[in-house]
Amino acid sequence: MTLSVNDVKQIAELAYIKVSEDEAKATLVQLSDIFNLIETMQTVDTSQIEPMSHAQDVVQRLREDVVTESDQRELFQSVAPQIEEGLYLVPKVIE
Amino acid sequence: MFNDSLKQLSKRLADREISSVELTTEFLKRIKQLNPQYNAFITVDDEKALAQARIADQKIATDKAIPLTGIPVAQKDIFCAKGWLTTCGSKMLSNFVSPYDACVIERFNQAGAVNIGKTNMDEFAMGSSNETSFYGPVRNPWDVAAVPGGSSGGSACAVAARMAPVATGTDTGGSIRQPAALCGISGIKPTYGTVSRYGMIAFASSLDQGGPMAKSAEDLALMLNVMTGFDARDSTSLQRETEDYMRNLEKPLSGLRIGLPKEYFAEGMSSDVEKAVEQALGEYRKLGAETLEVSLANSSLSIPVYYVLAPAEASSNLSRFDGVRYGHRAKAYENLGDMYRKSRAEGFGAEVKRRILIGTYVLSHGYYDAYYIKAQKLRRLIAEDFKRAFTHCDVIMGPTAPTVAFDIGEKSSDPIQMYLSDIYTSGASLAGLPGMSIPIGFGEKNRPVGLHIVGNYFAEARMLNVAHQYQLVTDWHQQAPDL
Repeated sequence: MTLSVNDVKQIAELAYIKVSEDEAKATLVQLSDIFNLIETMQTVDTSQIEPMSHAQDVVQRLREDVVTESDQRELFQSVAPQIEEGLYLVPKVIE
Repeated sequence: MFNDSLKQLSKRLADREISSVELTTEFLKRIKQLNPQYNAFITVDDEKALAQARIADQKIATDKAIPLTGIPVAQKDIFCAKGWLTTCGSKMLSNFVSPYDACVIERFNQAGAVNIGKTNMDEFAMGSSNETSFYGPVRNPWDVAAVPGGSSGGSACAVAARMAPVATGTDTGGSIRQPAALCGISGIKPTYGTVSRYGMIAFASSLDQGGPMAKSAEDLALMLNVMTGFDARDSTSLQRETEDYMRNLEKPLSGLRIGLPKEYFAEGMSSDVEKAVEQALGEYRKLGAETLEVSLANSSLSIPVYYVLAPAEASSNLSRFDGVRYGHRAKAYENLGDMYRKSRAEGFGAEVKRRILIGTYVLSHGYYDAYYIKAQKLRRLIAEDFKRAFTHCDVIMGPTAPTVAFDIGEKSSDPIQMYLSDIYTSGASLAGLPGMSIPIGFGEKNRPVGLHIVGNYFAEARMLNVAHQYQLVTDWHQQAPDL
């Protein structure tokens, strides 16, 4: 598998990370090395193997649908970059 | 006093030989003296620590003390602690004062332990050398030119340099065990699901596991007694009977079957590490254990598999850092998308970005089956290798890391070489098995070597017994750098 600088830019776009042309080029070299390492996975036939998503074979616990958290909005918003009247402020998204 | 075990410190406190305030003050002084050079701590707060020490002294005075009461504990800066700056080693969280406590922090608070400070770490726990921290590299107390390992490098350094009697760490692919090995201390990553991940900043959720770092196996057992237990707030926390991890320490090792994976001993390990491991195995035979060859046939694939799964989970977990609710926000931006992109570009370091990009790619349309599902299938094969091995042996042993600590800067520009530091530890992580490292001597340049011990699921008490019996007949764990 070969990656291009445009692939790197496209991935960065999907990941919402701004990259400059130079960064994309430098990243390309490293990602290509890492994907070469990852490619060694393809040497093993796994057609009959079930994927393992988790270390423990457990089922998701369920709980009663009741309120368990108290209102701590002020405390939680104390670390927000920008708030107003209890709301998080972001740049305008609707004209 | 700085070399005392937890048991010894607890006894001094119980005998009123020293108060927690005095003990805490001594460690704070030592941190002030040594930290400028070693950079093991990101945040130290004398007032907060001493306030906890005063409460501990009241508990001791009214005979309400338990083993950790009044003991200073260094907390990895990945654990949210209410009112404490909690950075995860990242610029992204360089302004984040946590509004709540992680479960692990709550448990130490309930035990009456003293938070002596938050330790430096690789950014978002992504690294094996502590060089990816926004707060600068940590230095190895045995040799300032060397890395302490990572990602729990600050915690390992703090314990090795005797700036704290014990510390917490987290381990995703080796982040407790590898720095423990490189700094000459003991550390254990318990079975996945044993320590609550609530309030532990997520890297790769199906692998992340908290655990203690200390001078000895006995101290680790005392720490695990506090750290483990069911927590409903972590959906992967296991509901099990409470265990006393001290219960097996004194059992003799006669009849213990030690599995040696032939793949680990075939190649890759440097000769100084191999020599130390062979000597340790010799000690174990003297203690009545027998060694036998086992096979972990897919072990060479654990690094490629890890570097698909961990980044995939990380790319998802780290999408929460968008500059809206907490963390770094760029100063200037044109619109919402630009704000996200710039905030994340500025807030994350190079290694974190690299892993987010890998993860984003392997989860993207058209590559999901070839990478992500493929890696999950191989994860099962790796776990089955261990399962098969444990039908022949009680514990698996080998080196924790292929070499002793490398120099600062030696591998920082070559991600692949860095990733291979975890070649022996990542397999147990993928399987969810408990793994630990104990010091077994010194290799090149007089830098420490660690022995990796992997046990079956929930075999921590047995592993601690195996480590403790070795530490009763050797003194590597008592050796400290001359600082």
